[in-house]
Amino acid sequence: MNALPRTGREAAELLRARETSASELTDLAIERARADTHNAWLLVSDDHARAQARAADQRLRAGDAPPLCGVPWACKDIIGTKGIETTAGSRILDGYLPSYSATVVRRLDAAGAVMIGKTNLDEFAMGSSSENSAFGPVKNPHDATRVPGGSSGGSAVAVAAGQAVFSLGTDTGGSIRQPAALCGVVGMKPTYGRVSRYGVVAFASSLDQVGPFANDVETAAIVCEALFGVDESDATTMALPAESLREGLSDGVKGLRLGVPREYFIEGMEPGVERAVRAALAALEREGAELVDVSLPSTDHGLAVYYIIQPAEASANLARYDGVRYGLRVAGSDLADTYRRTRGEGFGPEVKRRLILGTYALSAGYYDAYYSKAQKVRTLIKREFDEAFAKVDALVTPTSPSVAFAIGAKVNDPLTMYLNDAFTLPVNIAGLPGISVPCGTSDGLPVGLQFIAGSYREATLFRVAAAYERIAGPMEVAA
Amino acid sequence: MSTLDRSVVEKVAGLARIELTDEEIERFTAQLSVVLDAVDRLRSVDTSAIPPTASVLPVDNVMREDVVRPSLPLEEVFRNAPGRDGDHFRVQTVLEQR
Repeated sequence: MNALPRTGREAAELLRARETSASELTDLAIERARADTHNAWLLVSDDHARAQARAADQRLRAGDAPPLCGVPWACKDIIGTKGIETTAGSRILDGYLPSYSATVVRRLDAAGAVMIGKTNLDEFAMGSSSENSAFGPVKNPHDATRVPGGSSGGSAVAVAAGQAVFSLGTDTGGSIRQPAALCGVVGMKPTYGRVSRYGVVAFASSLDQVGPFANDVETAAIVCEALFGVDESDATTMALPAESLREGLSDGVKGLRLGVPREYFIEGMEPGVERAVRAALAALEREGAELVDVSLPSTDHGLAVYYIIQPAEASANLARYDGVRYGLRVAGSDLADTYRRTRGEGFGPEVKRRLILGTYALSAGYYDAYYSKAQKVRTLIKREFDEAFAKVDALVTPTSPSVAFAIGAKVNDPLTMYLNDAFTLPVNIAGLPGISVPCGTSDGLPVGLQFIAGSYREATLFRVAAAYERIAGPMEVAA
Repeated sequence: MSTLDRSVVEKVAGLARIELTDEEIERFTAQLSVVLDAVDRLRSVDTSAIPPTASVLPVDNVMREDVVRPSLPLEEVFRNAPGRDGDHFRVQTVLEQR
């Protein structure tokens, strides 16, 4: 065997037919990860992975293994892993070894999946290009002079380049869906409250959600089935009955009403992206979906709402990095000076910018004008989505207004960089589930198509995404 | 209201306990002014009758039984500490002794 199986289903079938073993797949994934030239990995945890693979092979031999047993995966390095260094892409967590694993990691451990290592990202998930890592930028496997998107760039690349069968990312404003689009893979953000955030380095707590990357929709659904569910360690997880996310995958879109929000087809979108998305809409209509013109008038305010609420929450969450309990400490003249110097040296420029912005928005005299105002417009954005989902089963939009852009092109212009997430961040503001699926190419680079569903309607989301995937055919694995 | 000047960035960086270089203060002042101008557009939205959303969840408080359970092992927790003194994190003196 010289290439990893593309999908979870293929891996499971090969493992059950004894045509390969978890140990063989793991060795191959480790070899591919070590040979990676895109700076996608921060750590390959060989010994841990091989031990997990041996245990998975035993379960497979015993014959009662769950679907992800023995399947190699990659973990965004903002998700805590017990005894395995977790950096969040930052110098400030230098040497940090978590004393417990995140609930999502424990659930995948319990499912028998094999974690190969930790993937590179924008520092504390703040970015749309994976250039803000303290450990160097990640490169796009379709063109190494371009970014993979972000912040979960390493996890997107690991799947796109055939180094893992699936991976986990986190999505606060598009950090799974946008890199999935730019790397030509499937990336899914669940409804807020579906997946435990316990053990995940907190960024913006009312927006953050963990979700999968995969080469196909079904694998993403299988991973979500393993991740979803209430966790007593995260009071924001919802207790909902377990449901199959795979049963409806072959049901198609015939008779479904798909809303096309006109505010998502804006000036400034690349013509090649619009062409690919319009072609996808036409194809969905040919398959029997009814396309419905929808208006979400407050979409235009999403970016402003997001760039108040998200840095405000981040400024509170990142107050914990003070050089006292873990990570970097840069000694100063007194304790307050130690805090300032530790944070001045430990954080990179984008994190500092956002902490200043967030602290400003929350400071006396500005709170009502910024934070309180943003929370009210958040209500408007959510209401408009709720009204839309009274009329349609799902919404269809472009994932990102552009294909992968050149490394360095936007890194000194924060507002231009933030606009990459204009189509993904409203979904986080409203707490909805969203998925990006490959939708052809523009100038040889992948385009992503985003589907959005109502809260807890992941089954519908996966159904429409799978229907489109059958129309589009599989994306080639990148070099 | 929004256009930032250096002194505001310096003051807010102080509140956020982040040491900045002169060059960073200069650069962030310019960059964040652009971002704040974009964010300021929200002022045109009429929200007089709109309640704020802090969380999209339909729940407020989540209660559980108050049961004593083991905490994380101290040795594992202190393994990450830059300074330790017995079962305490060691930091610089905050209050002078008289």
